[in-house]
Amino acid sequence: MKTKELCRIISQEMIGPEIYSMWVQTDRIADQARPGQFVTLYSKDRSRMLPRPISLCEIGDDKKSIRLVYRVAGEGTREFSRLRSGDDIEVMGPLGNGFPMEEAQGKRVLLMGGGIGIPPMVETAKQLSGDVAAAMGYRDALFLTEELSRCASLYIATEDGSVGTAGNVMDAVRENHIRCDVIFACGPKPMLKAIVDYAGEHKIPCWISMEERMACGIGACLACTCQSKEVDGHSHVKNKRVCKDGPVFPASEVEL
Amino acid sequence: MNTKVNLAGVELKNPVMTASGTFGSGMEYSEFMDLSRLGAVVTKGVANVPWPGNPTPRIAETCGGMLNAIGLQNPGIDVFCERDLPFLQKYDTKIIVNVCGKTTEDYCEVVERLSDEDIDMMEINISCPNVKEGGIAFGQNPKAVEAITSEVKKRAKHPVIMKLSPNVTDIIEMAKAAEAGGADVLSLINTLTGMKIDINRRTFAIANKTGGLSGPAIRPVAVRMVYQTAQAVKIPIIGMGGIASAEDALEFILAGATAVSVGTANFSNPCAAADVIDGIEDYMNRFKVEDIKELIGAVK
Repeated sequence: MKTKELCRIISQEMIGPEIYSMWVQTDRIADQARPGQFVTLYSKDRSRMLPRPISLCEIGDDKKSIRLVYRVAGEGTREFSRLRSGDDIEVMGPLGNGFPMEEAQGKRVLLMGGGIGIPPMVETAKQLSGDVAAAMGYRDALFLTEELSRCASLYIATEDGSVGTAGNVMDAVRENHIRCDVIFACGPKPMLKAIVDYAGEHKIPCWISMEERMACGIGACLACTCQSKEVDGHSHVKNKRVCKDGPVFPASEVEL
Repeated sequence: MNTKVNLAGVELKNPVMTASGTFGSGMEYSEFMDLSRLGAVVTKGVANVPWPGNPTPRIAETCGGMLNAIGLQNPGIDVFCERDLPFLQKYDTKIIVNVCGKTTEDYCEVVERLSDEDIDMMEINISCPNVKEGGIAFGQNPKAVEAITSEVKKRAKHPVIMKLSPNVTDIIEMAKAAEAGGADVLSLINTLTGMKIDINRRTFAIANKTGGLSGPAIRPVAVRMVYQTAQAVKIPIIGMGGIASAEDALEFILAGATAVSVGTANFSNPCAAADVIDGIEDYMNRFKVEDIKELIGAVK
């Protein structure tokens, strides 16, 4: 059950260039949340009407808190970044479907994230056991690498070549000869497209987390649609709702 | 205290409904609020066949509002009747089905199909700024407004609400045309056509280039149009445009609206419509208003 709660901020810190990490206390959201799901955050400024969707980076061990790692992309997220421990913020969630963790049981999993698509991979990695590889692509400065390397073999790609493979996540996968049975990915569309092509070539089951501009966040307004390959059971056209049917889709189901 | 209002013979338990397109068919919002609290649910526009809508991005936030160009994506009347109507019929609220089309025949097909269904009213969308054919094409010419209204009225077995566009020179002319065509009720306003440029990507913020502006930013325009229209026609008006609180809703009622719709505010608060109902009751208690009808059009 989704809820909208007024949450207390536990901590907030900048962990990268314009990248912030915020832990918030929740009554019910954390308890029901799964890796790959998201929440929406609401501005206190009433001239900003729309909630901002932010992926879940971590779920607290006590199931009473969540960690949100986000990039300041405009005035709304700038407002969030100025909140401090003890302040409150309205949060709705958990939203969306999350990664199909059961598909990864006992398999070699490859988690791939790019930019602000990296945060959801932390909780995903934490909840997977066994053979987990993580290939993460950064522009330049790194973040969340400690958390990721604690629960996965971490491979880094940087666009400027300052750390790890020079290039993108696919370059890191090829350079390190990473083998896997399942891929979970989240990141910008060109990255997802390259990953889906790779997965198709090697016949690796692959799930991707999509992003689109959202209004309601719960599947009512039909703003955040993506194109599906087949006619969708809900929309009866070739459209799926990223917020409700996703954000995670089997790579075979959606057009990029 | 009486909060009941009457729209063309349909009695609503209170004057608060949802604005078409912001509330789906209520399913998603039923997780947050009891739909039976609402005076009515106005569904998202439904056409004779499924419509895929516009490319994304379909929305952009603007100061005090948002632009949308969803493009009336809908699953078509068959799925709507099989899936959405039975869901809504479980609740103790009135059902108002919003109808869209590209041609007069499209509208009439949906209207005829709905005649056998257990609904309360129909709202005919002749004012969507985001679809090229139909929609707005009918809503900006008084002759076309009157003609489509009378075609729909010939076939409809339920009271007909015509939803008007604010993107016109003279709203009164359109309102009178709808009344002349036999409309039972008027809804106003739909969104105002707008545009936002993304200066970083140097392109339009939404793929459709233009979109409909909604939210508190448009409220004064909407209140003015409701007031002007209320002076000019005899049929009741459903007022909407940026209602986010009971205070906002009361402005519309005092300006002459018999009922109000909450739209964009549902996105910032999924319980917005219920909060508006509570707030209206508080206001009535505070000012010892026994019947909400005392407030309708009280500001001349």
